[in-house]
Amino acid sequence: MENLIANFNYVIVVILMMIGLWSMLAQKNLIKKCIGMAILQTGIILFFISIGAKNNALIPILTEAAYSDPDVATVANPLTQILMLTAIVVGVATLGVGLGLAQKIYHQHSSFDEDEILENQRK
Amino acid sequence: MTGQLPIIVILGPLLAAILAAFTAWLRPKLSYPLVVLGLAISFTAALKLVFIVADEGAKIYWLGNWGNQNHEFVVGIQITVDNLNTLLLTTVSGIALLTALYAKRLVETELAGRQRYFYALLSLLVTGLLGISITGDIFNLYVFLEIAALSSYALIAYGKGRAYMASFNYLIMGTMGACLYLLGVGFVFIKHGTLNIDNLSEIIPTLDPSQALFVGFVLILLGVWVKMAFFPFHGWLPNAYTHAPTASAAVLAPLATKVAVYAMLRIMFTVYSLDYINGLTGIQPIVLYLSTAAIVMGSFFSLTQTNLKMIACYFIISEIGYMVGGAWLANRPGLTGAMYHLVADAAMTSALFMAIGCIVYRLGQAQLDDLKGVFFKMPVTMAAFVVTMAALIGVPPTCGFFSKWYLIQGAAEAGVWHFVAALLLSSLVKAIILFRIIEIGYNRVAHPAIEGNPAIPRNEAPLSMLIPTVAMTLGLIALGLATNTLVNTIIVNAVPAALTQ
Repeated sequence: MENLIANFNYVIVVILMMIGLWSMLAQKNLIKKCIGMAILQTGIILFFISIGAKNNALIPILTEAAYSDPDVATVANPLTQILMLTAIVVGVATLGVGLGLAQKIYHQHSSFDEDEILENQRK
Repeated sequence: MTGQLPIIVILGPLLAAILAAFTAWLRPKLSYPLVVLGLAISFTAALKLVFIVADEGAKIYWLGNWGNQNHEFVVGIQITVDNLNTLLLTTVSGIALLTALYAKRLVETELAGRQRYFYALLSLLVTGLLGISITGDIFNLYVFLEIAALSSYALIAYGKGRAYMASFNYLIMGTMGACLYLLGVGFVFIKHGTLNIDNLSEIIPTLDPSQALFVGFVLILLGVWVKMAFFPFHGWLPNAYTHAPTASAAVLAPLATKVAVYAMLRIMFTVYSLDYINGLTGIQPIVLYLSTAAIVMGSFFSLTQTNLKMIACYFIISEIGYMVGGAWLANRPGLTGAMYHLVADAAMTSALFMAIGCIVYRLGQAQLDDLKGVFFKMPVTMAAFVVTMAALIGVPPTCGFFSKWYLIQGAAEAGVWHFVAALLLSSLVKAIILFRIIEIGYNRVAHPAIEGNPAIPRNEAPLSMLIPTVAMTLGLIALGLATNTLVNTIIVNAVPAALTQ
């Protein structure tokens, strides 16, 4: 139990990722699939940020003097944050393309429902 | 100048993509030559790198010169070019260039009035693919994976009818794969604190096998499997590539999946090691069974299809099984076969889709029933098609024969007989399909779309499409004849050193 509380953010990560994956796979509505995608990506972002976080850590900006021998225990890991900046950009781009496609599909079939669209396509 | 070659390979198509996107807006006519120029620069640089790396060994390039400072830790992104990289870089940029030359007329007819941003997207796709094949950083690999994926979603959505839905499904699956990959990268990072492939390959063997390492490995593997459409995750591929415009499919089908296979090889044998793979005694047989299943299912479904493009898509799925199986055999002939097949299959799929594109250009579609009389009306295209199919079946001296030869040798050495059986079965199925097409195609009564003027005996696709198709087909035979050189000078150095001693 103590372990669970100490790693609380990882529990949230797992929950977020499960919600995301479930709605990407099981939801019939294309917009809900897109939302699931965003939730999954948020889960991963939280995961990476949790890796780099430390208690009472400072911003990872080093002075000239500390540059050669940084005291890594007092600064947060900057790498994970930089990685997630990139991942957020990728996520936004993917979501944009996804929503754009969903809109095109709506114009074609007047529906966001996967079953209805598939039925329409069979005609 | 030669020191900068690794970055020029990527910068060519990247700058071309950006410039082409702007010129498409101002002067649409300019974007095509720009993209061809970018791809040509990239291909020249890649070709030069092949010889430099074969002579002098792997080249390391630090982006922005960040790695050359004397720190104990690695800062910055590294680009590594070794023999496996050069092989793939040349394949990707060469096929992309040839396809760009080939696609012009096809795009003009298929996407009339909508082709404005097509070439910019194509160039961006090639940037992503080249980036995956050159980067020396596993997170950077993820970014390039997504660059390639995003542009391919757009390229597929250029198609008509079901293309939007196919592209959307691909997007959902592809994002899931990318997310799994990213999560795996996170696990590897927790354990080692570095993302640099060279660093990781030094650190991982020194650590005891741990859960985090294993979970990371499995997640990364699942991620790239989704991206390469390996058997249980292949659902998105046939629809996406069939409903995409033929020009998009001609560049996506040969390259996108092959590059993901490369990513798997890199993760398996450079980041993790051969010993690590051999230690996974529980997983290895399962993956080999999955590869067999991929080949068998791909072959079976290709038999049931009536659309030529759909058949070709199921061929891709079974070919992916060849490569994954070859890699997981983890012995010298198996890996040689897998790496050789990377190049061979990219060339074969490219030739196949180019020939199909020529047929589609005249017929408007590629249903098997429409192929009546096609052998009389389009003899050159169909000759190329038959040679390509022969290569896929594995008739010597085409390249398909040699990759199968190595793979069967590897499977026999490892005693994995079901894989051998699957390889032979897939050849048989391809032969059946070829003969079925020959039977329909030699029908005297031609389809109205290619009948044209009965007085004119031939109704070929335009020369600008025919020449690249024939060149690619001759390339298959040339590749087959050059097997010995390729394997003994390049692939032998790309296979993990422990296997070649």
